[in-house]
Amino acid sequence: MKITVCIGSSCHLKGARQVLEELQYLIAENHLQEQVELRATFCMGKCQEGVCVTVGDTVHSVSPEGVKDFFENEILAAAKR
Amino acid sequence: MRKFDTKVQYLKYQVLREVARQAWEGRLADEAIDIPKTIVPGKKPTMRCCVYKERAILAERVKIAMGGYRNNPNVIEIIDIACDECPVGGYEVTNACRGCLAHRCEDVCRFGALYFDENHVAHIDKSKCKECGACSKVCPYTAIVNRKRPCENACKVKAISMNPEKAATIDAMKCIACGACVYQCPFGAITDKSFILNVIDILQAGQAGGSCHAYAVVAPSISSQFTYAKLGQVVTGLKELGFHTVIEAALGADMVAQAESKELAEKGFLLSSCCPAFVDYIHKSFPELEPFISNNLSPMATIARYIKETDPSAKVVFIGPCTAKKAEVLKDSVKPYVDAAMTFEELQALYDSRDIDITTLSESVLDNASYFGRIFARCGGLSDAVAEGLKEQGLDFPLKACSCDGIEACRVALMRKVKNLLDANFVEGMACVGGCIGGAGCLTHEEKSRADVDRYGREAMEKTIADALSLIK
Repeated sequence: MKITVCIGSSCHLKGARQVLEELQYLIAENHLQEQVELRATFCMGKCQEGVCVTVGDTVHSVSPEGVKDFFENEILAAAKR
Repeated sequence: MRKFDTKVQYLKYQVLREVARQAWEGRLADEAIDIPKTIVPGKKPTMRCCVYKERAILAERVKIAMGGYRNNPNVIEIIDIACDECPVGGYEVTNACRGCLAHRCEDVCRFGALYFDENHVAHIDKSKCKECGACSKVCPYTAIVNRKRPCENACKVKAISMNPEKAATIDAMKCIACGACVYQCPFGAITDKSFILNVIDILQAGQAGGSCHAYAVVAPSISSQFTYAKLGQVVTGLKELGFHTVIEAALGADMVAQAESKELAEKGFLLSSCCPAFVDYIHKSFPELEPFISNNLSPMATIARYIKETDPSAKVVFIGPCTAKKAEVLKDSVKPYVDAAMTFEELQALYDSRDIDITTLSESVLDNASYFGRIFARCGGLSDAVAEGLKEQGLDFPLKACSCDGIEACRVALMRKVKNLLDANFVEGMACVGGCIGGAGCLTHEEKSRADVDRYGREAMEKTIADALSLIK
């Protein structure tokens, strides 16, 4: 599974660093390093909806506070499938 | 509203704007030949002896705005018909000499070059004069002047001389493409080749649904430019032009600061590799010091390489104050990462070619780098960042930095190094006085530019290099 976090200016200011670090932590904690590829990119063109995180082809809007929920609903659930 | 320092810049801008306008509309091939007449429409000359000469020179400017002469590898070109063949007499006594009795000029001259006629008026014996300028400094009437060409005076690496027709010529073996002569020639006879047509090609290919994403990488010195608008409006303007997104070259500077401090601690002595004109100067004039040049790519190339890793469809355009960057992007080591380089002058022309008035736009955010990456734009910033990089990485290395403000200071430091007299272990070489904010491609050069850069640095959300880089591991 490919997860891409936007690190463009707008998402950066909305907390992309926290989102990225938290995801890194959660992936490691759940031993998903083999299954999940975490990447960064500059700008997905949806600056209003940041922090933008794509899973496959779907763009999600994730706030630093909502990372845990996002991880459980979108990544953990998919990984378990 | 002040957009440029000089009318020469304005003239260059007008040509660039017209070339860009026609290129966007796809009529350049047919109509480029009409541009001189668009700019000088009447029958009365406004700059030169006649409108025909004005148009002939403008035709040359159009050619250079379209990429210049392919068989000339230098990005700096001379328009020989625009060269006014300024006097080159060196130190001369003018008629302000009052034939005084003190003769301080004679007293101070160590070469016995001054002599006096029956009216006590001073003359300089050119066969003895070494052009040191001592006489000029002591004359109470400032009657002794240095008639040196502004271009030769600006070129501290001594690459400019006079050809048999008395027009300026550039020795490509010495020229470092810093652009000092470009900015200083009062007739605009020396100019940097423009690659805006490549930029327009990239932007057109990047339009919605296109084959690539156009990334603008902007130098941190942009904080001292476009002072008539807000930086956020400059960024929005770039997106209006068709850039997919805008990224700070300063983030590449953060990456360089971290890698360079590590490399310094390992090697014990380094010459910085950020300024392409400084690196070129070492290659051309101090080849024995080449082994000491840092292995790092410049911040521009470093961030561009990273962008291309994250997005294979990326095309990267660097926008900065620098003419030497145009030469850097042609190097094999940089070519794969940066697709074109342009100056702030050229960006202004691009905006206006699309009738984009940035003052009317909303503000976008620009925040990728740390304080330390941003202050690379002014002399001393790189050394500060390397000190920080050492500290953050817990490297115990006694940094002794030598920040060279301008190519003359660089020369002094490099000469000392050759003679083993340099009391420093890190040389920050900045070819332009003040650092990048003094670059030839800046729209304006002002006293407060340095403060502008520092303020912009402090506004960065990330305060340390490590924090800024935690995003891009």
